[in-house]
Amino acid sequence: MTMPFGYVSPEQVMKDRADYARKGIARGRAVLVMTYADGILFVAENPSSALHKISEIYDRIGFAAVGKYNEFENLRVAGVRMADLRGYSYDRRDVTGRALANTYAQILGTIFSSGGDKPFEVEITVAEVGETSATDQLYRLTYDGSVADEQDIVVMGGSADSIGNALREGHRADLPLDEGLRLAVSALTNADGENREIAAASLEVAILDRTRPRRTFRRLPDAAVAQSLGAS
Amino acid sequence: MDLSDGLTLPAAFFMPGTSSFSDFLANHSPDLLPGKRLQAGVASMTVEAPHGTTIVAIAHTTGVILAGDRRATMGNVIAQRDMEKVFQADEYSAVGIAGTAGVAVELVRLFQVELEHYEKIEGVTLSLEGKANRLSLLIRNNLPMAMQGLAVVPMFAGYDLEVTDPAAAGRIFSYDVTGGRYEERKFHSVGSGSVYARGALKKLYRDDFSESDAVLSSVHALYDAADDDAATGGPDLTRRIYPVITSVTAAGFRRLGDDEVAGITEQVVNERMEHPGGPQAPLQ
Repeated sequence: MTMPFGYVSPEQVMKDRADYARKGIARGRAVLVMTYADGILFVAENPSSALHKISEIYDRIGFAAVGKYNEFENLRVAGVRMADLRGYSYDRRDVTGRALANTYAQILGTIFSSGGDKPFEVEITVAEVGETSATDQLYRLTYDGSVADEQDIVVMGGSADSIGNALREGHRADLPLDEGLRLAVSALTNADGENREIAAASLEVAILDRTRPRRTFRRLPDAAVAQSLGAS
Repeated sequence: MDLSDGLTLPAAFFMPGTSSFSDFLANHSPDLLPGKRLQAGVASMTVEAPHGTTIVAIAHTTGVILAGDRRATMGNVIAQRDMEKVFQADEYSAVGIAGTAGVAVELVRLFQVELEHYEKIEGVTLSLEGKANRLSLLIRNNLPMAMQGLAVVPMFAGYDLEVTDPAAAGRIFSYDVTGGRYEERKFHSVGSGSVYARGALKKLYRDDFSESDAVLSSVHALYDAADDDAATGGPDLTRRIYPVITSVTAAGFRRLGDDEVAGITEQVVNERMEHPGGPQAPLQ
């Protein structure tokens, strides 16, 4: 039997698509998500103060992403709509990170394996803060729709491995916020053995703080970040 | 690319260009919008449903307070004696409702989600006028129901972060059933007992009111409303049911605790033992 002209095996197609997406994601600066004593900390190197990589989805759910802005922004807005619709038609407590992660997985998976479109060049973390640190959830979603339920730390984007290793060395479940933030920033600045300076103004920092009532998401202003970093 | 192709979420979830939750609902599930459930053939029927009554708002030197009585009535029956009619809208605003209770509570819920939704999608909060206009639109959408007798008349009060002088930052907006929006100066009241409450405030209000003066005069105003309007509930000391009082200042929204309101209410009731008509304004 002869192969038709231009035949490419499905394995090759999927591999090409995966390579394409991975390259796009690794180009960007890293975003990290980690648990600390009172909740979940998000840190991203992001010189823009208007185009966010980290955002609030619902009372206890946060969103972090790397890759192409327009693609993850689309997913973020859909997530906010889904969460608000669910909270409005049922109850605020019925909005869960798991449901959101599942929906994102379906969307990403369908786009990855559908023939025509290019895959999304994004990686996403959906974080849900629990009543206690034992019930904190971190879901990591990759461009092909795979979901992983991660423990304590997720690093996405460029130099993810090196930053992840540095974080895992210093991480404890009872880490206070200040200390957690210093650990995160030192892991970002020392990624891949280089030693760069990152000004507080080019860091995007937010937390899901379980001690706050109702909406737990809060952005930390530059001044607060600089103060935490200075007080070492 | 059309993200909704064969996906778990319909196209409305990916529609660009709108930051409004009610626009999204209108597109995706219009049956969830209050006021969209009017069915053909029932337009001439009227429904008897619980009604909420009196709300007062008073601006003061550091912000604004919004307070309401606790009674809901259905005809001559007290439908509920501990209903809450004043709610937090967002971090810097509050909304109180008079009119058909069921529709009003749903409208407030939608309004709260509307403000939060905008804030999450845009990354900034709406201006105070923006919030007030949005509420206007939600009321206008309820007009068909209002014509059936299920009218909602809210009052909106908030702290305007763009105003530098705190004495001018507490602002009050009232509405009519068609969604007409009117900014009120200093104080206002809506609901069946509002005529009496407004009369009381007219005599009590001073330009240099502090927050606690405003709170005290709101309890007096609600007492006067309950005194002359059967549908407004007075303080119920035996069941410990007091007015709901909320305050919005530069520090954000705060609902006064039950103990705090209990103290003020008992003080007002004791004063009324001496003077049933309340504090007397100087004649000259």
